[in-house]
Amino acid sequence: MAESGLLEDLYREIILDHYRQPRNRNAAIEPTCSADGANPLCGDQVRVDVALVDGVIEAISFSGQGCSISQASASMMTEYAKGRTAAEALHGVEAFQQMMLTGVAPDIEGFDDIASLVGVAKFAARVKCASLGWKTLAQALAEGGGTVTTDDGSR
Amino acid sequence: MTSIADLPAVERLPYDIARIRRDFPILKREVASGAHLVYLDNAATSQRPVQVLAEITRFYRDHNANIHRAVHTLSVEATELYEQARSKVARFIGAADPREIIFTRNTTESINLVAHAWARKFLKPGDEVVVSEIEHHSNIVPWQMLRDERGITLKYIPMLPDGTLDLDAAQSIITERTRLVSITAMSNALGTIVPLDVITARAKAVGALVLVDGAQSVPHMPVDVQALGVDFLAFSGHKMLAPFGIGVLWGRLPLLDSMDPFMGGGDMISTVSMERSTWADVPAKFEAGTPNVGDAVALGAAVDYLTALGMDEVRRHEREITDYALRRLADVPGVTIFGVPDADRRGGVISFELEGVHPHDIGQVLDTRGVAIRTGHHCAQPVMLALNVPATARASFYIYNTTAEVDALASGLEEVARFFGVK
Repeated sequence: MAESGLLEDLYREIILDHYRQPRNRNAAIEPTCSADGANPLCGDQVRVDVALVDGVIEAISFSGQGCSISQASASMMTEYAKGRTAAEALHGVEAFQQMMLTGVAPDIEGFDDIASLVGVAKFAARVKCASLGWKTLAQALAEGGGTVTTDDGSR
Repeated sequence: MTSIADLPAVERLPYDIARIRRDFPILKREVASGAHLVYLDNAATSQRPVQVLAEITRFYRDHNANIHRAVHTLSVEATELYEQARSKVARFIGAADPREIIFTRNTTESINLVAHAWARKFLKPGDEVVVSEIEHHSNIVPWQMLRDERGITLKYIPMLPDGTLDLDAAQSIITERTRLVSITAMSNALGTIVPLDVITARAKAVGALVLVDGAQSVPHMPVDVQALGVDFLAFSGHKMLAPFGIGVLWGRLPLLDSMDPFMGGGDMISTVSMERSTWADVPAKFEAGTPNVGDAVALGAAVDYLTALGMDEVRRHEREITDYALRRLADVPGVTIFGVPDADRRGGVISFELEGVHPHDIGQVLDTRGVAIRTGHHCAQPVMLALNVPATARASFYIYNTTAEVDALASGLEEVARFFGVK
């Protein structure tokens, strides 16, 4: 299409790949903590289940429905988090949020696919879509799990 | 107050789409991608013609002053312009008396005004308010709040799978205990035109009042409150060429007279002592504080613009565009259109889904082609629930839209399907 540059900035091939073939979606795991995330204004929903053993994320699953950005980002998040300690995973959440804020991909291990979401930062309306899975992971790892929303008026 | 009879006549103009489009400079602009704008989000808000923009400037440049109290020239002129706008709105909807026009901020405030000033005064626990499943949140939430506060019963006329109301069910849902039926004239999410005559006949048979949410009908079709036989009509200026922040509540004069004020403050009183106050007459009783004078005057200009086109012609044009769009979109593989498939029974609103693609992604790809639509729940979550979808994509039309723009939407959707690999 004529305006492909802008669009392909947002929808990199790797993003569409995660959208079409999500990783760790509806995986059968025995979670020790979970959280639900919602984006009420657009109807995106994500649930993150985590099996945390001795501080390490042994298994992780996400489920829900939403746009390609929210679902692909959640898929990438699970790949990143799996096998890491909770502290490392939370560091990743922070790095992701920073990337959405600055539009600059961080040069850290494990962010190769995730860096493809950097283009989302240019689309203010979509930042909350991309952030949903990550915020929900942080919520799951926080004591007690619970519910997060990305429509908190911060964007 | 300017009487309706004293208003200057508005000359009818032929419905010339090229001329109309020239009145809206924004339609010539490009979006971020460089593509030409195709604005199909009119159910959210319309664009404004140069005539309305000029009226805003003219008011502030030449006549600006606070209204009602001062004797100086500017204040007298501003008051005259404000009251003339009231009369123009009254004439536009067939009201008998300009005092029946209350200026508010928007439809939501108009409905809340009735919930506060009428319902809180007159409804008792056990009294029923009936709305429908296809209402905008603004015609649901105020009544839920009233239910929780006052113990009234809130009932819903259900939606049928085709997006119309179950009119048979309405006959039994509206009962002798029903005091108010608050109903949309046209669904913002599905475009369904509600047969107000059927609903009103049943409401009148049980002695209930009827409040019409006209946010989607007053901008798009002829509305005559006396012919409708209803009691309140709420609508917003910003969906009918006027600025944001100006809306209208029309009510029958004796009803408005019987109601308590909505808010207390300046302009709405007759006398104030340290012990008590007495209320001003309608409409001032409901317009506490300095009103949005400039935008009310601009609403008058918007009403004149629509009157010149003729609301029958506006409806004819939108029906044609909608009819074309219903057929054109149905030809796009993977597209499912929600609601009645018949342009005679729906306004210029088309909610749809594209198989395998989230509405957000549809909206994003269309935007790169300049096509502006809305995606989400459209402040009508009960409708989304009934359709069993989290959100829909919605295209909505107005006086300036063309079949070529519908084609741009359709070819954009074909591109969306290709991009996301929908088979």
